[in-house]
Amino acid sequence: MSDTSLTIRRFADLANPTRFLALSARLLPWICWLTAALFGLGLFYALTSAGDYQQGETVRIMYVHVPSAWLAMMTYMVMTLSALGTLVWRHPLADVSARAAMPIGAAFTALALVTGSLWGKPMWGAWWVWDARLTSFFILFLMYLGLIALNRALEDPTRAARLSAILILLGFINIPIIKFSVDWWNTLHQPASVLRMGGSAIDGEFLRPLLLMAGAFTCLFLALHLGAMRNEILRRRVAALRRQAARGALTAGGPA
Amino acid sequence: MSLDAPHIGFVLASYGAALAIILGLILWVLLDGRARRAEIRALEAAGIRRRSDRPVDDARAAGPAP
Repeated sequence: MSDTSLTIRRFADLANPTRFLALSARLLPWICWLTAALFGLGLFYALTSAGDYQQGETVRIMYVHVPSAWLAMMTYMVMTLSALGTLVWRHPLADVSARAAMPIGAAFTALALVTGSLWGKPMWGAWWVWDARLTSFFILFLMYLGLIALNRALEDPTRAARLSAILILLGFINIPIIKFSVDWWNTLHQPASVLRMGGSAIDGEFLRPLLLMAGAFTCLFLALHLGAMRNEILRRRVAALRRQAARGALTAGGPA
Repeated sequence: MSLDAPHIGFVLASYGAALAIILGLILWVLLDGRARRAEIRALEAAGIRRRSDRPVDDARAAGPAP
């Protein structure tokens, strides 16, 4: 068997929820330990590194604000891939993945908005300004809330999955707008200084805790997403068992 | 980190918000998982099982899936 077909077969094996539950049960403890270790190391550097010569201690807000903003967008990209999985490949776990990621993405987006506001007040003199970056990020938050509401409002799970997937794909247009808003429009928000052409513009003193905290947030997302996916699979099993019980009761009762 | 530096309240509030939201997410996943497992245990205790979890003889007696 070729390497490619073996990889495809392994990916297809994951489509089985029981196999996914077994694999994720083995992976989760390792991811949780890695998350705790990265948070320990990241927080140590975040709280002990030097303050900025202009911003002073407020630069430390960056170590929670920037990773949560990255994660807010990464979660949406995971949901976009899941939406493609639902609509194109009809992968049984794709909708489970999208549905599980929604509240996590909303929470990271809320955290980025709150910490951004707490950073903006002492640095810009304002809690909030309706500029391109902040407004597009606020729209991302509203999109997460809208998707959660839509996904839970529809009773038919297949219809909910397809409609949510279509809306997720439509909403993806906002991700490049958020990323490039600081280049396309005049904004108070600073332009990209880590992921940019020509390398990072941040000194190593600040980059080290930032990357460690970004790693910690990413591992936290993986752990939460796997955990929430497992819960969603169990929720669907409960619903299937209840339907099975109702069918059994109808059969036992016979026709009216 | 100096606790009497200017604007330190904003820094502490940011880390507090991060802690609250992260703990909220962890609790949501843990409590939701616990509730779902309890539901499955209750259904299984009432004799309702997935076909793949039933003994082989029971599964044969149940016949093919509809």
